[in-house]
Amino acid sequence: MLFEDPVLASRFLTMLTLSFHIIYATIGVGVPLMIMIAQWVGIKKNDVHYILLARRWAKGFVVTVAVGVVTGTVMGLQLSLLWPNFMELAGQIIALPLFMEVFAFFFEAIFLGIYLYTWDRFEDQRKHFFLLIPVALGAGMSALVITIVNAFMNAPQGFDIVDGQLINANPIAAMFNPAMPTKVSHVLATAYMTVAFMLAAIAAYRLLRGSNHVYHKKALYLTMKVGLIFSIATVIIGDFSGKYLAEYQPEKLAAAEWHFETEEGAPLLMYGILDENNEVKGEIKIPFALSILAFGNPTAEVIGLNEFPVEETPPLIIHYFFDLMVTIGVFMIVLSLIFWIGIKRGWNFVKAKWYRWLIVLGGPLSFLAIEAGWWMAEVGRQPWILNGIMTVEEAATSSDYVGLMSILFILLYIVLGTGTIIVLRRIFKENPVEKELKIPQGGNNA
Amino acid sequence: MTLEILGITVLWTFLFGYIILGSIDYGAGFFNAYSIITGKDHILSNIIQRYLSPVWEVTNVFFVFFFVGIVGFFPKSAYYFGTIFLIPGSIALILLAIRGSYYAFETYGNKGHKGYAFIYGLSGLLIPASLSIVLTISEGGFIYIEDGNPVLDYWALFISPLSWSIVLLSIVAVLYISAVFLTWYANKTGDLKATNLMRKYALIWAFPLIITAAGIIYELSFHSSEHYERIIDLGWMFGLSFLLWIATVLLIWKQKNYGTAVWLLIGQFTLAFYGFGISHYPYLLYPYLNIYEGFTNQAMAISLVVVFILGLALLIPSLYLLLKLFLFDKNYLQGKQKKE
Repeated sequence: MLFEDPVLASRFLTMLTLSFHIIYATIGVGVPLMIMIAQWVGIKKNDVHYILLARRWAKGFVVTVAVGVVTGTVMGLQLSLLWPNFMELAGQIIALPLFMEVFAFFFEAIFLGIYLYTWDRFEDQRKHFFLLIPVALGAGMSALVITIVNAFMNAPQGFDIVDGQLINANPIAAMFNPAMPTKVSHVLATAYMTVAFMLAAIAAYRLLRGSNHVYHKKALYLTMKVGLIFSIATVIIGDFSGKYLAEYQPEKLAAAEWHFETEEGAPLLMYGILDENNEVKGEIKIPFALSILAFGNPTAEVIGLNEFPVEETPPLIIHYFFDLMVTIGVFMIVLSLIFWIGIKRGWNFVKAKWYRWLIVLGGPLSFLAIEAGWWMAEVGRQPWILNGIMTVEEAATSSDYVGLMSILFILLYIVLGTGTIIVLRRIFKENPVEKELKIPQGGNNA
Repeated sequence: MTLEILGITVLWTFLFGYIILGSIDYGAGFFNAYSIITGKDHILSNIIQRYLSPVWEVTNVFFVFFFVGIVGFFPKSAYYFGTIFLIPGSIALILLAIRGSYYAFETYGNKGHKGYAFIYGLSGLLIPASLSIVLTISEGGFIYIEDGNPVLDYWALFISPLSWSIVLLSIVAVLYISAVFLTWYANKTGDLKATNLMRKYALIWAFPLIITAAGIIYELSFHSSEHYERIIDLGWMFGLSFLLWIATVLLIWKQKNYGTAVWLLIGQFTLAFYGFGISHYPYLLYPYLNIYEGFTNQAMAISLVVVFILGLALLIPSLYLLLKLFLFDKNYLQGKQKKE
């Protein structure tokens, strides 16, 4: 299959590259902010623990950033290699944000290089702190403009097509498309949330593995608090995304919700499975909830999937992705909220082993939610690559060797993935925080 | 100047930037690996690591800039080059990924895995080779149209002396540029042993460079006579470039003014690279695509130029800061810590 059909192979390879890249991209967007916060708190409170926290996060961050940069480069070039027809058309209208992304990346790269190699060059920690602002800004800007490109693919506008020719191009209108506000804010909020919970998981894990140092407790409390704030933001934006979908891409919402018949006061289906006759089994039905999600009104009419031609409906599998994403999101809010209240009120169970294991679990779960969310968003606009304008079939390359290249890239991602894990483990295992705290101002470069 | 010319000039300039920075980077990786194998790593690895680590990401951006920019200004090139470039492009990407991760895994993680250093050095020579294929393809004669889609004739490419000449030149140029730059850099750090070693490499690779470059012009004379004639018309640029090459080699030979030598080297490559580019005008892919047919719409072209100017306004001061901190800072060069 993979070797016969360039369209399928191109889809597979793109999915593989993106799924791998977004792990590192999420870290790349979120960690600079967390380092910034830790270093800020450290300077404000004059607490060496937070400075050390920033420093140790930065150390691990370099490893992930390098892999993020290379997989991002791969993705950037693969767009043209695998989807040449798409890039020929879309390049005329969406090149602007792509171009801006490069500049944001450039900006970030320069200051990250400076930040990482100047730990010992400034007497005043604040000078060093200021270098982080362009890094975090650049990372956020890259995420912002690259998500605009994706939003454009979901809601193309800013041009007309007459006889197959693109005319009346308006690059600015293309960027500020209807999908853009919810997409961009959701991507940013989830990236910050995920990274906060990832760092929380690390702190909780260290506490479980014997180290009872106050450093880890501070790290845990800080990251859980930041995670809580961003997970609440995520839910609010997620609700807006639902309303966006109901208005502009109703077929995606309907497929994600297995909502077949157009009706008023539509219920929301959670979980369940779909049998061969498209009958839903074992679901939890929440009355009126879908109408509320879609229009903020329990009796509003929600368009069902049956209204769309079969060849234009997305695969129904996205319901599972949607469930996974929402369930994890809600779980993380509850987990971090209870933790936060628990610390304030002195509930002892939030310091218990089982609770800390749940926090450890929260790290990988958050990444799973990120993946599931992207799969839902991307599979949910099948069969289109440019919604309503160009299908993935028309966009893919005609070259025969995509299947073969896919195998090479699978090998590459295995090497990069295991390499990351091995190197990160080595950096931190050989250098536990207790050891580093004994050297008052020492440490090597980066 | 029309927007088309402006667009291709900007892209060509960034490609040039990538070639110079990339060459330093790739060549350094090769010399690093070579010095480990021959047991001279204690001489070189210090200067190589100190220069490379903070700037490798910036080098990478020049490459990304070029391929994003060319799709932006010339969207049709995405269709032609994207379709035919799948295999060489993917191989180059995988090699780039291996190199990029080396910095993370070796430099920041744990030092001294010989196998990885070797792959890293080798990939530095293979990347320019695989990327330079695009220059060969753009000369024309390796692509035919089947069912309305362009197809690359791999066999014709493989047996063409022109493609091998270009590959050879790209490898030699990498080693030469890198050696000249590192001679100067090592000299600045005051590391006499490293300077002498790099100086030796620079002289070794100087002559193959001129021979391969001349070889390409010779190949072109019967591969693409039209292009050849345009090169002859621009003969003064290549002649001047040759004189600069002589001057560079002389300076290095006499062991003085290494800084001037680097600038002469850049001048030499600027003349040759732009001369080659101008002589290729107006084609992006001969004879299918020229810069006028493939150009993007007016609105996009203008907004790209605006973003480009704004971007440069941000980049130039930042790059200056980077260079000031890592390339021209005496204390950093000599490996001393300095408090500011």
